[in-house]
Amino acid sequence: MESELDAKETSSSSKKKVKGTVYITEDRCKGCSFCVVFCPTGALAMGGRLNHKGYHLPELANPEKCNGCDMCGLFCPDFAIFGVRLKKKETKENA
Amino acid sequence: MKADPKAVNTGTHFIDGNEACAEGAIAAGCRFVAGYPITPSTEVVEHISRRFPRLGGLFIQMEDEIASSICFQGAIWGGLKAMTVTSGPGLSLMMEHVGLAAITETPSVFVDVQRAGPSTGLPTLPAQQDIMQARWGSHGDYEVIALAPNSPQECFDHAITAFNLAEQYRCPVFFMMDECIGHMLGKVKIPAADQIEVVARKFTSRPAGEFEPFRIYDGDQPEMVRAGMGHAIHTTGLTHDERGYPAMNPQTQDTLIRRLRNKILDHTDEISIYEADQIDGSDVTIVAYGVTARVAEYAVHLARKEGLKVGLLRLTTLWPFNDRLIREVADNTKSFIVAEMNLGQMVHEVERASRSKIPVHLLDHAGGGIIEPETFVKKIKEVVR
Amino acid sequence: MSGTPQNPVEKLLRTERMPHIWCPGCGIGTSVNCFARALEQANIDYKNLHVVSGIGCSGRVAGYVNVDSFHTTHGRAIPFATGLAMARPEAKVVVYSGDGDLFAIGGNHLIHAARRNIDMTVICVNNFTYGMTGGQVTPTTPYSAKASTMPYGNFEDTFNLPNLVDACGAVFVARWTIYHVRQLTRSMTKALNTPGFSFIEVLSPCPTLYQRRNKLGDGVMMVQYFKERSTIENGANTADVALGFQGDIVVGEFVERERPTFIQNYNTRMEQVLGDAFVPYEGVK
Repeated sequence: MESELDAKETSSSSKKKVKGTVYITEDRCKGCSFCVVFCPTGALAMGGRLNHKGYHLPELANPEKCNGCDMCGLFCPDFAIFGVRLKKKETKENA
Repeated sequence: MKADPKAVNTGTHFIDGNEACAEGAIAAGCRFVAGYPITPSTEVVEHISRRFPRLGGLFIQMEDEIASSICFQGAIWGGLKAMTVTSGPGLSLMMEHVGLAAITETPSVFVDVQRAGPSTGLPTLPAQQDIMQARWGSHGDYEVIALAPNSPQECFDHAITAFNLAEQYRCPVFFMMDECIGHMLGKVKIPAADQIEVVARKFTSRPAGEFEPFRIYDGDQPEMVRAGMGHAIHTTGLTHDERGYPAMNPQTQDTLIRRLRNKILDHTDEISIYEADQIDGSDVTIVAYGVTARVAEYAVHLARKEGLKVGLLRLTTLWPFNDRLIREVADNTKSFIVAEMNLGQMVHEVERASRSKIPVHLLDHAGGGIIEPETFVKKIKEVVR
Repeated sequence: MSGTPQNPVEKLLRTERMPHIWCPGCGIGTSVNCFARALEQANIDYKNLHVVSGIGCSGRVAGYVNVDSFHTTHGRAIPFATGLAMARPEAKVVVYSGDGDLFAIGGNHLIHAARRNIDMTVICVNNFTYGMTGGQVTPTTPYSAKASTMPYGNFEDTFNLPNLVDACGAVFVARWTIYHVRQLTRSMTKALNTPGFSFIEVLSPCPTLYQRRNKLGDGVMMVQYFKERSTIENGANTADVALGFQGDIVVGEFVERERPTFIQNYNTRMEQVLGDAFVPYEGVK
């Protein structure tokens, strides 16, 4: 079960900045928070929602900070999250 | 399939059992050997190390017997026919990997040139004390096949049988030689390659997506596969399901372990190689195998010359043990003498299988020498009286 | 959701076996992420990649990778891999196991495979403990650290893995921690492209056993310790990279040397001696 985290389109100031988002496979996450702690831009935070095993899930708390570098994907020991770059106009839905 | 002419040393040779065993393995298609020096078996791998470079085979002397006994299994899963060679102390170190070969259904030949034990024992002297170790040495319930040649010629012929049985039944096959047979020089006739029947490995032809390496599609054996066929196979020593994935529950264990046992026990008769000589109406039948069976042949000859009615049952297949054969013989003779160079191992199987229809006597030997013919005759007279 | 991007590690996984059994905060999975990316960079064809693992937490890697993989017996991944590499010279054979499996029960096999320069890459996830069996001491458990079999603190000296493997002749030796995901990926790529015996030590958190018993917090805290106390010294003398309990850590690529592999030595020697009577060894194509 993958959840959709929508990447809010921010104002024109972010035009130059590379944009990205993350995808999470919730049932694999064990709430270790590697992704949150080692995200270089602080885009992620541990959320309130729990997965079916009762682990706290991360969430893209500051989506504008995510540049899709996929450090979260590299660190995640449970293969439960990864980051992707979004082209200028793209948001997550039409990526 | 026929043997590869390039590998078969056709002709008549005067060689010992160890060398004949190596030639038999080569004729059977063995192209990888992992071994470690141990008297009285080392000549087998020494001969292999001389022959393989001329055949495109590879011998590797590993750092110990534990390594040898799993290295050759790696080569088997790489697609080669392979074996390891050792003697008692080395065989003891190989036990965990006999179990691995059993549960992963790896067609694996373990050559054991027996010497007197336990422990370092008498390294250069013969014995037949590893029989139960071959059967029960590793932990857990599993089946094996074991053959006991009793001449240099049989070391050649039955080394081929061992490899063929390994491929057919995908299990550990022990080749139970002993120091006497291994170092016995004798005439060995090696036929032309096209007269040597070799069982080819039955690789699956099913596409990757639809193939489960441990499912029985037809017959009793799963279809073989090797690394590099693109099937992303997985083997594990853990109890596993038909895909080869760990499935650690009693139900999977029950299905798997019973299948691994029955796939051999159901074919005991086909695997059973033996010779019966003048058993009907005899007063006593000698049961023997390996070098002891050679001596028994002469002893029986001496006894018959003295008018004694003596039968001889020579077992080449030790495991799986052929209960039906023993019961049949028990109906046609008055008593058994089980002769073996140990303090009683096969005798228990004969007792069990004959269900005390007739008395079962043991002619034993503590190892380090052979049972003399005269000793045989004396025992026969005691029993018949 | 067709067309949605895929996790780069997904292709390597037996997804039907996810989620895996490793504990929250354990670093084994992180090293597998690096491995997946390294395979990409080294453009290794999965069909010719064979992974062999021994027994233990890291031993379970073989069961999770979607390639020909073999979960062998404790300590014996390397000799199995030796036979497999012999039979499949064109394949890349990778041994993925733990510090106890490779350097305690498997030590004899490791030093000989390195000596012979068998063509394989060994990835050792060093979490300083036997995790699977409940946290016993291993040859790498730091001095004074507690373990279930060292309740009063480890009094034994430990192996310095890079030094040991270097001394045995390995052609590539590196050590990284779970924090150094980029560098680890790069070193794995290099190891995969180096013929002969290559070795990578990956220091990893073991929150459930090693850390709990030594009050070292959770996985994140261990990785932060790795981050704060590691210094990168490529080419460091492996004799100087021993580890202490929560002490300084030297990481980097320490050894790169040229040596003919076992099969090259075999073919060269036999050709010299036997000439055209020699049938070069090719294994299974």
